[in-house]
Amino acid sequence: MAIGTFAIRYSFLGLIGSRRIPTLIEQMLRYTPVAVLPGMVAPLVLWPTDATNGVTILHLGAAFAALFVAYITRKVIWGMLAGLVVFFSPLIITLL
Amino acid sequence: MTVTNMKHAYWSGVRDALPYIVVVVPFATLFGIVAIDAGLTLAQTLSFSILVIAGASQFAALQLMLENAAISFILAAALAVNLRMAMYSAALAPHLGSAALWQRILIGYLNFDQSYILSVTKYENEPDMLIASKVTYFMGVALTIATFWCLFTYFGVRVGSVIPINLEVSFVLPIAFLSMVAPMIKSPAHIAAAFVSIIIALALAGLPAGSGLLIAAVCAMATGVIVETHLEQKT
Repeated sequence: MAIGTFAIRYSFLGLIGSRRIPTLIEQMLRYTPVAVLPGMVAPLVLWPTDATNGVTILHLGAAFAALFVAYITRKVIWGMLAGLVVFFSPLIITLL
Repeated sequence: MTVTNMKHAYWSGVRDALPYIVVVVPFATLFGIVAIDAGLTLAQTLSFSILVIAGASQFAALQLMLENAAISFILAAALAVNLRMAMYSAALAPHLGSAALWQRILIGYLNFDQSYILSVTKYENEPDMLIASKVTYFMGVALTIATFWCLFTYFGVRVGSVIPINLEVSFVLPIAFLSMVAPMIKSPAHIAAAFVSIIIALALAGLPAGSGLLIAAVCAMATGVIVETHLEQKT
């Protein structure tokens, strides 16, 4: 697993090196984060893998809060904090 | 390239990595707890974290181990989850491809979600960066994250028997990924790509782990480029 993971991560860096890659490919690669992350997150939000039975208002609320705040502030940390506060709000309220 | 500039690049990498510690700490801790629970030894759990450093696939592999899946199947699933990193590798190539071989090997080993995302964002915002600064910045981010990942895996193993397992921590991952992607959405083409990614990933969720996501990502990237080209022609 370690070797396989390394091979994947090294693949293009090692093969391409300093050679130029075609413009179309380079253009497509600029969309990698927005193409990979939403697809990875969507199933995790709709079908959470935690102890609760299926998706709850807390999951959706936290996901929306993180997305909205991070989009407005353009800062990753504020989005994370907003999402965490919403998600753990029942716990926080109990502790208060 | 002066030593001061190199240090500056390294520490700005460390600084940019710090917000991600919020995610890495609970995740690494959780991994330690769950791995010990699954019957791995301390040494096995730690070498898992040190050799692989890939949160999601480590959890996927662990889950399959718990289900007593065949080793070949565990490997295939874990590597499929990591296939997105081939795309990261390709995206980093134009920036870091001219680095020395040993540097590229090290970068390959440390090429994970956070180090990739932060570095590419930095390189695109500062196109004048020298290759040496790019490499040191990458190392600043990656070594910070990797250190915390391994330290807190150990921490998780230690506290595993004391703290009751609270699987709700796993929702921290989607929150983190959403916070990462939101600031990157800058144009209608980005929005279109994100929507295509979501729809196809959900439609193909039944496929073996990782492969649906890969198809969704390729379609989404194509969508991004098509929308971008279309918008440019209009103006």
